[in-house]
Amino acid sequence: MTTDTVDTQPRDNPGSHPEPGLLDNFREDIVHVQPTLAGMPVLWVRRERIVDLLRHLKEQPAPFNMLYDLSAVDERLRSHRHGLPDSDFTVFYHLLSVERNEDLILKVALREDDLSVPSVTSVFANANWYEREIWDMYGVGVSGHPHLQRILMPPTWHGHPLRKDYPARATEFDPYTLTVEGQDVEQEAMRFDPEAWGMQRERDGAEFMFLNLGPNHPSAHGAFRLVLQLDGEEVVDCVPDIGYHHRGAEKMAERQSWHSFIPYTDRIDYTGGVMNNLPYVLAVEKLAGIEVPDRVKTIRVMMAEMFRINSHLLFLGTYLQDLGAMSPVFYTFSDRQRAYEVIEGITGFRMHPAWYRIGGVAQDLPQGWEKLVQGFLDWMPPRLREYEKAMMENALVRERTRHVAAFNTAEALEWGVTGPNLRATGCNFDLRKQRPYSGYENFDFEVPLAENGDVFDRGQLRIDEMRQSLRIIQQCVNHMPAGDYKADHPLTTPPPRERMLQHIETLITHFLQVSWGPVLKPNESLQMVEATKGINSYYLTSDGNTMSYRTRIRTPSFPHLQQIPAVMRGGFVPDLIAHLGSIDFVMADVDR
Amino acid sequence: MSWWTPELAAIVWAMFQALVILLGAVLLGAALTVVERRLLGLWQDRHGPNRVGPFGTMQLVADMLKIFFKEDWIPPFADRPLFVLAPIIAFASLLLSFVIIPITPGWGVADMHIGLLFFFAMAGVNVYAVLLGGWSSGNKYALLGAMRASAQTLSYEVFMGLSLMGVVALAGSFNMRDIVNAQEGFWFIIPQFFGFATFFIAGVAVTHRHPFDQPEAEQELADGYHVEYSGMKFGMFFIGEYVGMVLISALIVTLFFGGWHGPWLPPILWFALKTGFFLVLFILLRAALPRPRYDRVMNFGWKVCLPLTLINLLATGAVMLLIGS
Repeated sequence: MTTDTVDTQPRDNPGSHPEPGLLDNFREDIVHVQPTLAGMPVLWVRRERIVDLLRHLKEQPAPFNMLYDLSAVDERLRSHRHGLPDSDFTVFYHLLSVERNEDLILKVALREDDLSVPSVTSVFANANWYEREIWDMYGVGVSGHPHLQRILMPPTWHGHPLRKDYPARATEFDPYTLTVEGQDVEQEAMRFDPEAWGMQRERDGAEFMFLNLGPNHPSAHGAFRLVLQLDGEEVVDCVPDIGYHHRGAEKMAERQSWHSFIPYTDRIDYTGGVMNNLPYVLAVEKLAGIEVPDRVKTIRVMMAEMFRINSHLLFLGTYLQDLGAMSPVFYTFSDRQRAYEVIEGITGFRMHPAWYRIGGVAQDLPQGWEKLVQGFLDWMPPRLREYEKAMMENALVRERTRHVAAFNTAEALEWGVTGPNLRATGCNFDLRKQRPYSGYENFDFEVPLAENGDVFDRGQLRIDEMRQSLRIIQQCVNHMPAGDYKADHPLTTPPPRERMLQHIETLITHFLQVSWGPVLKPNESLQMVEATKGINSYYLTSDGNTMSYRTRIRTPSFPHLQQIPAVMRGGFVPDLIAHLGSIDFVMADVDR
Repeated sequence: MSWWTPELAAIVWAMFQALVILLGAVLLGAALTVVERRLLGLWQDRHGPNRVGPFGTMQLVADMLKIFFKEDWIPPFADRPLFVLAPIIAFASLLLSFVIIPITPGWGVADMHIGLLFFFAMAGVNVYAVLLGGWSSGNKYALLGAMRASAQTLSYEVFMGLSLMGVVALAGSFNMRDIVNAQEGFWFIIPQFFGFATFFIAGVAVTHRHPFDQPEAEQELADGYHVEYSGMKFGMFFIGEYVGMVLISALIVTLFFGGWHGPWLPPILWFALKTGFFLVLFILLRAALPRPRYDRVMNFGWKVCLPLTLINLLATGAVMLLIGS
């Protein structure tokens, strides 16, 4: 298949238009309605009106109350732009409404000589980091931003990495050297300057202590830096500093074939394993138009839920460890070992199986897999009960966690909090129920909820979620559909091998797809999944090539970290540590 | 042999005893580092150090060799004299307290009239180790640790003293041997249960053991006051903590559990068994409990333990007056 046979005109899909009446006052400001495979309206709007539009949408009776994502695309090299407004750089705003269970993407076209958007932080507080990210990655200016600085790259960095004219390979740069002077400059750039953040150095004649928590600190859960402004042990304010784990996954996606990017996704949320493959392959399958067999869907659900349990067990151990309980982490790790025995038996790998494929999974389930999985399913419930009895019902744990670092649903939505942390506030929003994918609609399970949105609820909720995941896996074991483990589709990669050696046509397809990778029609697609830590999504832009033109990876941990100062102001250092433990983040998931 | 007088023999014998007890305390403290890791391993479904020698018994030797040969680094930003002094205080103060412990009827270093008061004094001195160490390190985490340590120790030393006054009243003496001898009939744990409970809590706090390891609080302060220490200076803090554990366990045994008293077995074994029991309890506490928030620890000290010790002392006094009259 070559590019000239590709149908280059994306067709209009149902759901591409906003609800009638929603944007009546802004009819002139909507420049274009773009048909995509994102499953939601994608509207190009005038830059001058973006703040008003967002405010209008946020003030609806059933409001679009979460700024789910905000990023940009460098459009300068995109060849298939049929009917799209002229744009060198496009900034997009992805809004989500929990009440409507609907989304909306607004796009703003920018010219290279006037590269700036107005800041929307006055409408959505969590736009702050996203706007810093588009400045950092694309050099898109944000007027009216309270603190427009690089966020993922070091402050001393030159260039904007996600621009198409910025090289992706180390071989395109001069060899890296670091002199003693260079090191001093870098070190100096790391020095925290309270004035730059509008912070006071003293109050009533008493100096504050500015404490660097991280990037190396036992409770920072990775290379994460948090600068605390302390009055005694009270956290007056704090500034999270991220980017130490940035590997440029989005840039790498633009030079890997659709197929060969799959292993990179495993390393986004590195405790989530194949859970990361899921939104990516689902989004690619949307672009390719592949409908996978039921067996594939069920296998994917089963393995994704295995990894949810695995990730939650890691969470539970470290969460209790952060509260000062030393032993539970060893117990949960021995449980995780049992989970890994199942995962290893089925996928052949442990942490990063990269096991899902475009149009299927890598292999069929091995013989005797039911027994393997059943062993784990029988093992876990008494263990979970034990954790509750020994820890969650312990008076010291309760005293450390109840009503600590609590936030309500409105605050959670304002900051873009999703997943268990959102449900701990009582908001019933689980994509597996609300927008079932990969066959979740066929499973019988509950969505655990809590009320207070505090550290305790976030811990207990994850134990309850593990029970539900066990339930889902049990149903997978009981009702695994028969059939193929790969879709019978020309774009399935790698194609089913069985017929390859008999037909020259299949052999050619196989060869092309394995050597070049599949060519996908130009279009845009998006898939959100309820990942281990919250909603994870891949927003893919295909330009009719073997590689993605733009891969936007929206991860849950990024907004969760941005929320820390809003939750922790006025708390104590031990509360902050408890909160950090309860968020359940990994820095790879934040920095990508 | 005119120079070999009975007085000289007594002195030599006393010195020999002191030396044995000193070495015993230090070696026991050092050995505990390995015992603790093995026990934690046992309770946490893992092996613990089991590679050096049969069943890991030589781990202690390996650790000692390693720590002796480690670079003894003093940070350039530290206050040098205090930085060096702090671990010496930490190690010496609790070790010195061993002189008051009567191990068996015949063994013990000093038979002081002020026995218990000497221990209080040494525990008071011990605070300076953490305070000076944290202060002189020139590190913010160490400073926070030192701050916590001083607050915690202030709160807990107050009622630690009071918690033992009931025992002193019952025995009518500060002398440790008198106290042990007074328990020949029944152990003081029975009339002084609240005294025991509060003293045990205070003892855990004084040795900075979990769950009262607020000054170190690995998850929060990244080891707090001794974060800048390395080599043998760290070793002295480290072993000092275990020596403290041995001391508190031995004190509990002496003050509340009849010291060397017990049927059938020789006194030294009774003393060792009882002390060992409390050492294991110390370790079990660490394996089992999360850490409370440090302001709650203060509250608990002032609002629960202090009133409890005062009531206990009053009740003890009242009962003794009643019986006496």
